[in-house]
Amino acid sequence: MGITFRQETFRDDFSFANSPEHIRRFPFPFHEDSYMYAVNIEPHVAGPKGSVLEHPIDVDEHYVSEMQDRALVLAEDPLRCQSLPHMTLAGWDLLELLMTAKAESYPEHFSLTRDGDRWHWVNRPLGIDDRFTFGDVATLPYGPMEYITRQSQGDFCLLDQRDGNLWMDAGIVTTQADWSLDFDIGMNFFEWHAPVPLAHEKGIFTRALKFLLNVQQGRPARRLNWTMTINPRLDTSPENYHKWGPDRTTVTPENVGHKVHLRVELQSFWRLPRSNGLVFPIRCYLISMDELVTSRKWARRLHRVIRDLPDEIAAYKGLTRYRATLIEWLSAHDDGAPTSPGFGPD
Amino acid sequence: MSTGTTKLDVVVADIVTVNDMVKRFHFRRRDGGLLPTFSGGAHVVVEMQDGDTPRLNPYSLMSSPLDTREYTISVRRDDAGRGGSLFLHQRVEPGQAMVISYPVNLFSLDLRAKKHLMLAGGIGITPFLAQTAQLSAEGGAFELHYSVRTAALASYGGELQSRYGRRVSLYHDDRGEQIPLDRLLAAQPLGTHLYICGPSGMIDWVRGRAAALGWPAEAVHYEHFSAPQPGLPFTVTLAASGKTIRVGEQQSLLEAMEQAGVDPPYLCRGGVCGQCETDVVSCEGTFLHNDHWLSEDEHRAGRKIMPCVSRFEGNSLVLDR
Repeated sequence: MGITFRQETFRDDFSFANSPEHIRRFPFPFHEDSYMYAVNIEPHVAGPKGSVLEHPIDVDEHYVSEMQDRALVLAEDPLRCQSLPHMTLAGWDLLELLMTAKAESYPEHFSLTRDGDRWHWVNRPLGIDDRFTFGDVATLPYGPMEYITRQSQGDFCLLDQRDGNLWMDAGIVTTQADWSLDFDIGMNFFEWHAPVPLAHEKGIFTRALKFLLNVQQGRPARRLNWTMTINPRLDTSPENYHKWGPDRTTVTPENVGHKVHLRVELQSFWRLPRSNGLVFPIRCYLISMDELVTSRKWARRLHRVIRDLPDEIAAYKGLTRYRATLIEWLSAHDDGAPTSPGFGPD
Repeated sequence: MSTGTTKLDVVVADIVTVNDMVKRFHFRRRDGGLLPTFSGGAHVVVEMQDGDTPRLNPYSLMSSPLDTREYTISVRRDDAGRGGSLFLHQRVEPGQAMVISYPVNLFSLDLRAKKHLMLAGGIGITPFLAQTAQLSAEGGAFELHYSVRTAALASYGGELQSRYGRRVSLYHDDRGEQIPLDRLLAAQPLGTHLYICGPSGMIDWVRGRAAALGWPAEAVHYEHFSAPQPGLPFTVTLAASGKTIRVGEQQSLLEAMEQAGVDPPYLCRGGVCGQCETDVVSCEGTFLHNDHWLSEDEHRAGRKIMPCVSRFEGNSLVLDR
């Protein structure tokens, strides 16, 4: 049974919504009633059937509309996709990873036929049927990274590994939580994480880097990160801050339920075989407060997490302007009952 | 947060005698499929069961990364070594089933380089065989200088010269030839990266001259292929697992732990990757640090040890494992 792709928008009239099944599979990021930074990295192994972790690369009902939104962002701002010259090989690695994963997990939607270097790729949801020569850039309409990530949900950072560090030397970033590839391109792991509060003091980045440098082929890892977004907007970039920043002042007790969204990033980390680089897919999942509180446990827990969040973290995540309104709204969904351990809805 | 590699079930498809000292082993997947793609400079850890003794030795992949129907490694027989190379030379036969790790690359090409200048000593040629195959397919610029004892022991010297012509130069010890290092280092175009794989003395020599001639450290890459050295037996208490173990003369501390059922993470088993770094709880004696991971200060402080290559002499040692 194939996925039924929704036709929806992430801008203007914001018609994005989750189906009831997709609400249940939302990757809720809090395993307890409070939150603090931690090196919450685990092996990226298959999760339960139906969950976002069932397949190594998740494709869901928002796929087609997300790809249309990405095309709009790139048309307005081509610098959202950049690759330094030495990263082309890593781009081919990524193309292979995404094509093989999609074709294997979703054969009704994607297929890949390989005859040596001659590849045939069919993407039915997007109506793409292309034959090309693997390794020959001239046989694709875009560079290999851009070609395949225009067909893949989530942002992608391609990292070069050298001198005991990781370098943000290529990527496509259109669904980001307020950071800019154009600003970060060429930076190393510590440089691009410099703005994050508290975590440096806890030694988190030193330990995380040590782990990531040793991620091996065939053994990907993952972590969840989260923030909140007003309106279901994928492109909350610094470049477009003037379009979405003011939305934070529009939250009222009456509109919290449909305006405020929990935004969860499923970040995974993969060693790339030919280039010895790493790829970080950063996949964004959105859920409105109205949708989220259909799970009593998630409603109770989110209320407690947001209420008790350290101010620095709330400020870094951009919650300050509407935090009190949100807490007040969520408190009506928290009867004080204990929550069960783990991430699941109930 | 476990680290490490996935294992591959392989069969020895062929064994070829390269010269008096070196044999080449060809591995194919037991299920007949393709092996994982890898990048030039990667190694695999070959698992051997030598009687009661498990041996896990890292070897550079020397086959072309473009052909993953098989992996090949070349093993130099070390008669004075701990027995891994002897086991491969004398006990392994074509058709034998073996287990190797997924490829791990700790000696990667810097893909920004305008040119790759490679210096090999002896069996240190192996990673360069894979890297030159990769670069030549991509049209990358490289130059390989290969120092050997004699023409008879110049593993793959002839093949490399016929494949790449003047990009490969050989230097024979028995003819008094030596890599003209200073001239080479002085004559490279801007953006050249330097790679060294060979005996420790050669690595130190090249690194020292490169530094003296103003090469940036980021442009100098090297791989030690030193195996753990034998030494006096010693006793260790593993506090976290509540075990006291004996490390034999021909055994590394890491191997002794594994034999006792304690499995620290590892990748290189040669003192460079840092995975098996272990905290010292207490000690009375002297460490014999043989790794390239801990800093000199850390070696002096004696609060950490790399059990894959380092040893201990003294009265008591307690580790946090």
